[in-house]
Amino acid sequence: MKIKMPRWFYQLASPRWFYEITGKLLPWFTVAAVLLLVTGTVWGLVFAPADYQQGNSFRIIYIHVPSSILAQSYYMMMAIAGAVGLIWKMKIAHVVAGACAPIGASIAVMSLATGAIWGKPTWGAWWVWDARLTAMLVLLFLYIGVIALNSAFENKASSDKATAILSLVGLVNIPIIKYSVEWWNTLHQPATFTLTEKPAMPPEMWIPLLIMVLGFYCFFAVILMSRARIEVLEREKRSEWVTKVVQEYGK
Amino acid sequence: MNFFMSALKRDLLLVFRHRNDIINPLAFFLMVAVLFPLGVSPDPTFLSEVAPGVIWVAALLACLLSVDGIFRTDYEDGSLEQMLVSSESLYLVVLAKVLTHWLVSGFCLAIISPLVAMMFFLPEQGYFSLVVSLLLGTPTLSLMGAIGAALTVALRKGGVLISLLVLPLYIPVLIFGAGTVQAGAMGLGIQGYLALLAAILVLSLMLAPFAISAALKISVRS
Amino acid sequence: MTLEVKNLFCERDERVLFSSFALKIDTAEVVQIIGQNGSGKTTLLRILCGLSDAYTGDLLWKGQALEEVRDDYYQSMLYVGHLAGVKASLTPEENLQWMSQLDKSLNKCTIMQALKQVGLYGFEDVPCHSLSAGQQRRVGLARLYLSNAPLWILDEPFTALDKKGVSEKEALIAAHVHAGGSVILTTHHDLSIPNKTIRPVNLDEVAIR
Repeated sequence: MKIKMPRWFYQLASPRWFYEITGKLLPWFTVAAVLLLVTGTVWGLVFAPADYQQGNSFRIIYIHVPSSILAQSYYMMMAIAGAVGLIWKMKIAHVVAGACAPIGASIAVMSLATGAIWGKPTWGAWWVWDARLTAMLVLLFLYIGVIALNSAFENKASSDKATAILSLVGLVNIPIIKYSVEWWNTLHQPATFTLTEKPAMPPEMWIPLLIMVLGFYCFFAVILMSRARIEVLEREKRSEWVTKVVQEYGK
Repeated sequence: MNFFMSALKRDLLLVFRHRNDIINPLAFFLMVAVLFPLGVSPDPTFLSEVAPGVIWVAALLACLLSVDGIFRTDYEDGSLEQMLVSSESLYLVVLAKVLTHWLVSGFCLAIISPLVAMMFFLPEQGYFSLVVSLLLGTPTLSLMGAIGAALTVALRKGGVLISLLVLPLYIPVLIFGAGTVQAGAMGLGIQGYLALLAAILVLSLMLAPFAISAALKISVRS
Repeated sequence: MTLEVKNLFCERDERVLFSSFALKIDTAEVVQIIGQNGSGKTTLLRILCGLSDAYTGDLLWKGQALEEVRDDYYQSMLYVGHLAGVKASLTPEENLQWMSQLDKSLNKCTIMQALKQVGLYGFEDVPCHSLSAGQQRRVGLARLYLSNAPLWILDEPFTALDKKGVSEKEALIAAHVHAGGSVILTTHHDLSIPNKTIRPVNLDEVAIR
C-alpha cells in the first residue's frame, strides 16, 4: 500500500528538515497566537454584549468552545499522523502523533473544566449528563488510553505503531460514540437546553469567538511544534546535525 | 474455509482442555450482578428499573475480563510466531480466535442472562430483548476487546491497561444494548435498536480483524 | 533458491548490532551464525524470518524484495525458534496436525512417522505438559522430519536434547543439505556434517562496538 507522494512530503520526513522548517514557522505562529488571543479575549470579555438569558456567565464560551473544537481536531490529527507514519514509515509523523496525545488530553480537560464552571450558574450543578460534555469525557478517556499504551512499551518503534493503530480505531469509533451518546441523552433527558446550540448568535458575539478559535489553533500549534522539536532532538541525539544544533545553542 | 475450520477446531479443543475458563466469566457475571442489590437495595421496583443497565455492565465486564488472555498463551509459547511465518491468512486465525472467545463468553452469558433477569425482577416481556441484544452486542465486545488484547499481548502489565484501551470503545454497545432491554421491558418495539447493534457488529466485523492482525504483527515484531 | 540480506543496519537499545551487514545463502548450504550472547544471533534470524521490524536494509528472496514475495517465501521456509510453538495442553499429534495446517509444506511423511522418528511413539496422545522439556522440544523438531521446505532457519535447535537426539538432528540436517536444501542455524554445539563444509558467520567480528 505505497502511494507516490510529492517531493516535499518525503522531505518533511527528514527530521532535520522538519526541525529547520518548524524553527522558521515558530515565531510567526507565536506572534499570530498572541495577537489573536489578546484581541479575542479582550473583545469577548469586555466588548461583546452580555447574553439576554445567561448574562455575563456565557462569556466562558470564549474558552470552552475553542477548547472543545481543538480537543477533537487534535484527536483527528493524532490519528491521521499515526496513519501516515504507518503507511509511509515516516518517523516524524509518529513524533507529531505522540506530541498530540498529551496536548489533546489537556485541552479536553480544559473543555470539561470550563463546561463544569459554566454549568454551575446555568444548571445549578457542576456536572450534568449533557450529551456534549459526556462525549467530551469519553474523548478524554480515549486520550488516556492512547497515552497509557504509548508509555507502556519500552521500544519506541513498537509504541509508535501500536498507538497509531489504537488512535485509528478510536477515530473510527468517535462518530459512533457521539451518535450513541446523543441518542442516549435525548432518551433520558428530553429537552434540556444545550449550552452551545444557541439560535443565531449576533456577529459581535461570534466574531470574537472565531478569533479565539483561530488563536487557540495557533497557540497549540506552537506548543505542538515545540514538543515535536524536542522529541526530534531526543530521538536523533546521535546524529551530527543535532550535535551542531546543541553546540550552537550552548554558545 | 477449510483452514478456518481447523483453526476453530484447535481453539475449541484448547477451550475444552481448560473447561474452567468457560465457567469463570459466567461466575464473574453473576457475582458482579449480585453486588448491586447488596450494595444499593433489594427493592423490586428499583431492581427492575436498573436491571437492563446492570446486566449489560456485568456482561461487558465479564467479556473484558476474559478477552485479555485471548492471544496470551499463543504469544508465550511461540505459536503466534508460527502463525506469522505461515502463508495462511492471519485474518482467519484471528477470526477463529474471536469466534471462540465469543462462544465461551458472550454466547454463554446470553444463555444464562434470563437467570439474572429473574433475580432483578425484569418484566418478563423484556427477556427476549435481553437475550437477543446480548447475542448481537457481545460479538462486537469480543472483536473490540481483541484489538486491545493484541496491542498489549507483549506487555507484562496487560490487565489494567487493556481496560483503559477498550472500555471507551464499549460505550456505544452498552448504550444500545441496555436501550434494547429497556424498550423491550416496556413493551416497545426493539427493531430499531437491534438494527443499530447489528450495524455496529457488521462494521467491527469488517474492520477489527485487520486492526487485530496489524496489532499482533507489531507485538511480535517488537 | 537464494536468500540474501544487503546493507543491513540494526540497533537494539541504542547499541548497533549490524551495520552494512550482508549475507547470502545459496542452495545446499549450511550457515552457522556464531557469536557471544547478545551479539544479535536471534535478532538476525528473526529479521530473516520477517519477525522483526527493527532494521533497515534489503531482504531478497530469489532476487525479489521479500516484502513482495512473502507468501512464496513462507511456503519455502521453515522456522523453529527458541519457542517451538508447542501448545502444552494439546497432545503431540494434535500439535503437529495444527502445524501442518499452518504450514502446507509439512507433508513429507505422516505425523505418526515423524513422531516415531523423534522417539515420541507411544506419547502421541499424552498432553504435552506432562512431557519432559526435552520431549517437548522434540515435538517442535518433529516438524523437521515432516518438512519439504528447502530453507530451514533454526534457532538453537539442540537445546534440551540428549546426545542421541543431537546426532539424529545432525543426520537430518545432513540429509536435508545433501538433498539440496539449505540451513541457517545458531548453536553453541560443534556441528559436523559429513562431506559438507559449514560456513561460519561470526557476529562478533561484524559488529561495531
